[in-house]
Amino acid sequence: MKKFTTALVGIAGIALASNAMADGHGGSTLKQVQDKGFIQCGVSQGLPGFSNADDSGNWAGLDVDLCRAVAAAVFGDASKVKYSPLSAKQRFTALSSGEVDILSRNTTWTMTRDTQLGLNFAGVNYYDGQGMMVPKALGATSATQLDGANICTNTGTTTELNITDYFRQNGMSFNLVAFEKADEVVAAYDAGRCDVYTTDRSGLAAQRGKLTNPDAHVVLPEIISKEPLGPVVRQGDDQWFNIVRWSLNAMINAEEMGISSANVGDMMSSDNPAVKRLLGTEGKFGEELGISNDWAMNIISQVGNYGESYEKHVGENTPLKLARGVNALWSNGGILYAAPIR
Amino acid sequence: MPQKTDNKSVNFVRTEAAPLLPPPASEAGITGWLYQNIFNSMSDFSSPVATIKSVLMGLLTIFLLYVGLGQFWALLDFSLFSAVWSAPEGVKREACLTVDKGGELPSGWHGACWPFVAAKMKFLMYGAYDNDQLWRPNVTALIGLIGLAWVMIEPLPYRRYVGAFLLTIYPLIALILLTGGNFDTDYNSVTVITILGLLLITIGRQAAAGRMGQTAGEFAGMFGTFGWIFIAYAAVNATLGVDFNLRQIGTNDWGGLLITLVVAVTGIVASLPLGIVLALGRRSHMPVARILSTVFIEFWRGVPLITVLFMASVMLPLFLPEGVNFDNLLRALIGVMLFSAAYMAEVIRGGLQAMDKGQFEGADALGLSYWQKMRLIILPQALTHVIPGIVNTFIGLFKDTTLVSIVSIFDMLGAVQSTYADPSWGTPVQDETGYLFIVIIYFVFCFGMSRYSMFMEYKLSTSRKN
Repeated sequence: MKKFTTALVGIAGIALASNAMADGHGGSTLKQVQDKGFIQCGVSQGLPGFSNADDSGNWAGLDVDLCRAVAAAVFGDASKVKYSPLSAKQRFTALSSGEVDILSRNTTWTMTRDTQLGLNFAGVNYYDGQGMMVPKALGATSATQLDGANICTNTGTTTELNITDYFRQNGMSFNLVAFEKADEVVAAYDAGRCDVYTTDRSGLAAQRGKLTNPDAHVVLPEIISKEPLGPVVRQGDDQWFNIVRWSLNAMINAEEMGISSANVGDMMSSDNPAVKRLLGTEGKFGEELGISNDWAMNIISQVGNYGESYEKHVGENTPLKLARGVNALWSNGGILYAAPIR
Repeated sequence: MPQKTDNKSVNFVRTEAAPLLPPPASEAGITGWLYQNIFNSMSDFSSPVATIKSVLMGLLTIFLLYVGLGQFWALLDFSLFSAVWSAPEGVKREACLTVDKGGELPSGWHGACWPFVAAKMKFLMYGAYDNDQLWRPNVTALIGLIGLAWVMIEPLPYRRYVGAFLLTIYPLIALILLTGGNFDTDYNSVTVITILGLLLITIGRQAAAGRMGQTAGEFAGMFGTFGWIFIAYAAVNATLGVDFNLRQIGTNDWGGLLITLVVAVTGIVASLPLGIVLALGRRSHMPVARILSTVFIEFWRGVPLITVLFMASVMLPLFLPEGVNFDNLLRALIGVMLFSAAYMAEVIRGGLQAMDKGQFEGADALGLSYWQKMRLIILPQALTHVIPGIVNTFIGLFKDTTLVSIVSIFDMLGAVQSTYADPSWGTPVQDETGYLFIVIIYFVFCFGMSRYSMFMEYKLSTSRKN
């Protein structure tokens, strides 16, 4: 009996494995996605405001909204997304091996990543920069006064590299204390194990609420790196790349034209040619992408424009309280600028 | 009639029994216990040296009591007395913030934020599993629990059959309920395999009856076994292919306690038989079986589990062609299973080595075959010897499941850590509350296993009660 049982357990494992293996498809990403009926989206294991699970376990955030937008464009249904939480180390393997279709995981667009990993960045959905937080009691007003400091940061990300570069450049000594997860870094900083907590400024804002006394800490004015965060796709599939890029562009253009999820119904009858082109009442822009012409209308009505998404997840009314800053539209003093649809 | 005694002829004669005195305070009751176990080492003042010893002991005791009780009190205070137990509808982090940060609690407050755990309870238990489908893991757990209780409670009938059900049909039910079934089974190959299996069984029967020559007759049993394996494989595959009209839920959406239990139970159930086979193989006289078992065991014991998991989740996809995906959870499951089987094998080998040579020889003298000898004589005794070791491995395995969180599988630890990213619950006590909660759950499971193993040891050690 026991032998038989063992064999059965083994067989069940093999059966499951072979079934899982059989899931492989060939052809373009769009075709694969349409066949399986959902988009597999790589997100973080939890980054406040960008991708985190809410109380009922649904993923929400600025990065998550991008995947939902692509799903709305492809299927007309923003909920047809499945999420794979990925660690910083796993993310690129997961994308290039085809485990995920889009990587929307606060990933910094750098030349190395763009050219050497066989990946393409489809745009920027948040312009971030690395900052530093110190306790007020330290009395520092500038990062140049931090000679000899203990610095808490995450491993395996560009933050580690940036802070090293910055301190070397300024001829200052420092001691790096690195952790795997963001909440470990915060706990260590809050417990006084280091003098400086460095990560992207969005991260600093998000984690600040967890400190025992947030008012006793100050974010230094220096921004020591450029961190354009954006969605990533596999290289070599231009159609899919275009769908992701234009889904993002549609959200930004919609904000610029003042189209939101609330008024998109009224806007459908607008006379403005730009609006008509975006919403698909004029031209065949969706078909050129291989999807339906009302793609952008679906994005706006189900996910909202970029500004709505921003305010909902990271804006002034959220615990993150991030001002738009450089992420405002170019017409409002920011650098957010999407190519026109025509 | 008793003679009356003249009391005056002796000084004193007791006429009645002396009243029983209570035992001295230092020997009985709470004080006696305290004297014997606590104050015994600090109540000797008979010489200067003894006095110094006693005083030092006293100081040490007070210090340890102070530290221990202080910690215990702090834990109680954090988790019970100072804790926030409920939050009004719609209020999230504000319920657990002090006045300095815009909440209502007094400045300097430090206590558990239980509404946070309550809000995240679904995520901690099931992960991102679809909310309207939670009955599926619940039913799976319920069937498993009833079956397990049935097997464990002594006087119930048919325990053997329930056990067999748990090991064969139940995994299939669980798999279909949890994933939704409806895998792409190729029914043509199922048919072919079924026919092959039937053919093998027929050959086995014929051979056993001696109709196919002597050589075939010796392999009759093997033909039969392979035939049944083929049939079982076909049956499993066919069942997995059936559309039960359940929504498919990928393992990416599983999480929390669900993942912890799936990984732990699979590891535990698979590692014991695998471990027995490996242990027997390592002690076998057949060189191939021995070398293979030894290499397997030494390989898996020689690499850390964390490396295995990393290899499985980061390296393996690179070796597979693009688009061919191995389920992430399945990869980790196989890793954990093989890893724990190697450890289990060594524990069981310890039990086999503790067996007296006479037992083997006695079994041989009775004319038992190798498997009969093992099944009837050796293993029941050997396994009983090493129950503490086996359960130790089980408990270790249960706790090692937390390692899957580093490959982005949200077991309970991974789930609780990812809830910390929810800004709407971001408070300084968020981490502490979450960790405290899962510590309690882990403790309940591990302590339960430990108690059951002690009960089993007591029950099975009939020959060596001491």
